[in-house]
Amino acid sequence: MNQDQHVDYLLRLGDNALILGHRLSEWCGHAPILEEDIALTNVALDLIGQARMLLTQAGAVEGKGRDEDALAFGRDVLDWRNVLLVEQPNGDFADTIARQFLFDIWNHQVFSTLLGSTDAELAAIAAKAVKEIAYHKRHSSEWLIRLGDGTEESRARMIRALDVHWGFVEELFTPDAVDQAAFEAGIGPDLAALRPEWDAAVAAVLDEAGLERPEVGWAVHGGKTDGHHSEHLGFILAELQFMQRAYPGLAW
Amino acid sequence: MSDATLDSKGGAGPAVADDPKRRAAFDARVAAEGKVEPRDWMPEQYRKTLIRQISQHAHSEYVGMLPEGNWVTRAPTLRRKAVLLAKIQDEAGHALYLYGAAETMGVSRAEMLDALHEGKAKYSSIFNYPTLTWADVAAIGWLVDGAAIVNQVALQRCSYGPYARAMVRICKEESFHQRQGYEAMMALAQGSPDQKKMAQDSLNRWWWPSLMMFGPSDRDSPHSAQNMAWKIKRESNDDLRQRFVDMTVPQADYLGLTMPDPDLKWNEERGHYDFGEIDWDEFWRVVKGNGVCNRERLQARRDAHDKGAWVREAAVAHAEKRAARSLAQAAE
Amino acid sequence: MASSDWPLWEVFVRSRAGLNHKHCGSLHAPDAEMAIQNARDVYTRRGEGVSIWVVKSSEITAADPDDKDQLYDPADTKVYRHPTFYTVPDEVDHL
Repeated sequence: MNQDQHVDYLLRLGDNALILGHRLSEWCGHAPILEEDIALTNVALDLIGQARMLLTQAGAVEGKGRDEDALAFGRDVLDWRNVLLVEQPNGDFADTIARQFLFDIWNHQVFSTLLGSTDAELAAIAAKAVKEIAYHKRHSSEWLIRLGDGTEESRARMIRALDVHWGFVEELFTPDAVDQAAFEAGIGPDLAALRPEWDAAVAAVLDEAGLERPEVGWAVHGGKTDGHHSEHLGFILAELQFMQRAYPGLAW
Repeated sequence: MSDATLDSKGGAGPAVADDPKRRAAFDARVAAEGKVEPRDWMPEQYRKTLIRQISQHAHSEYVGMLPEGNWVTRAPTLRRKAVLLAKIQDEAGHALYLYGAAETMGVSRAEMLDALHEGKAKYSSIFNYPTLTWADVAAIGWLVDGAAIVNQVALQRCSYGPYARAMVRICKEESFHQRQGYEAMMALAQGSPDQKKMAQDSLNRWWWPSLMMFGPSDRDSPHSAQNMAWKIKRESNDDLRQRFVDMTVPQADYLGLTMPDPDLKWNEERGHYDFGEIDWDEFWRVVKGNGVCNRERLQARRDAHDKGAWVREAAVAHAEKRAARSLAQAAE
Repeated sequence: MASSDWPLWEVFVRSRAGLNHKHCGSLHAPDAEMAIQNARDVYTRRGEGVSIWVVKSSEITAADPDDKDQLYDPADTKVYRHPTFYTVPDEVDHL
């Protein structure tokens, strides 16, 4: 694995965390109940914390003096490496839970593998993050069960939300050259091999929620490999980067 | 904070509210710094006053999440973003402790929220001012939280136990809020001309509303005497306001920022800063609903509540289904 | 209670091994699992707590404060419950 690929791989992990954390932080003050404001903020804080460590490590491996902020606030859409799933809008609470649940199960598998990464810094980050992600998984699973097996309305919304997000799952498990190189270098997991366990874990929760596995005939790719994102990312960056774009080069 | 339902059969109800013997014993106990707990007998007026005050305080924390939440997605660095998010989360936690404290007096959170959404309950007017620039986030931490802390430190000694305990917890957690605000302000005050301008403009807009947070002048505050006797209020509005001014002016000096008050000056004789008259017309105008953001803030709270109804219903329905299933299993 | 209102739960946290669980407040949750999760998020944000108990507030039975005299005053006379009632030689440790 060459250095560019190593940096690219770390950016994927960091960008996933930052963009999903950004989305969740949009809920701040607007959640269905006060207790859930606190819960969603907790998850957002965990993810932003992970993003800071991962981007710092990406900058260190890159060796060009870019810190977490330079990477977060200085890159345009094409240079972001997050998967399409995490940049999808919050929608209603069912959408947010669907997006989170599908991601959390995968993310937990990935970070469990990263505990043994040959990138020692990454392994250390994973040791902290994996505990947090285990809790995220529990939170989104419990909500999926309650919405799926709640009222008729919540069930209908949950089914629709799963349909809307299901087509973004394939990108998580489709390795490209960078994923493959990371796997061969012992840095990251064999993505394709994670799928059966993911399917089983998702099926178990869906079953408890009384929901069927969605049958959707579409699957889209592009975010992580070449920065070909959905239109949503540009608007996220417009907000995220506003201050650094309006007042470049200042300390805050 | 606690013991909410423990109040349901407690002696706080109106039926016994005018018992002179109990009233005398209550007054004596409070005068001797005894604490009142949820199931204790208490005068109806004491209960009403506290429900109003604690629920207003809770609403203020809840609504107060909005002006700062406005900047979470735009914070200038990732560190500032994380700090801001953690601070807003604390405010949600504080709202929760306070609703809990009010619930010990036999009023439900749902009733309190209805009163807020219907515009019958008040919250601190400061949150009806807009956050226009990043400096406003710093100013809120420094000035608004600074003023809140002055108030809340006094309330840690409130006679009502659950409220006092909530205040102790809140004061402990809030110690970082004001410091992070001042630190963020310092970064601006020591920064570029643009940043300094942003900082000064923000101070200009937030200083007077921060002074208004302590409420009307003692001259115009009718409830004060009884509330002081009952130790619901420990210090007068004007005393607390003076303490805040004395504390904050040197902090502004250190930053090299100018307070927007030409009458502000140290009074050697009093040992305090003299300051100009608050624009009470503006104070009452915003209290009565005519601030820039009154309608938006309230609508944001209503929207979150209404759009969340199906989620809360689903969770209740699921809990009922689960309970029914485990009953059925037990019967087998 | 409207169908969207969640019941109230009391939260008890053991802040470290060796201490009792201590009542630290209340919150709303639809069921026990969510009450535990919410309690973790609300009352242990700063790493307080190694163990959490939640109990529905409506399940708590409390003594009436007006019974204070009969419930608590008799204990005042049972001085033998207090360790200082017993005189032991100073040179004997660990009692």
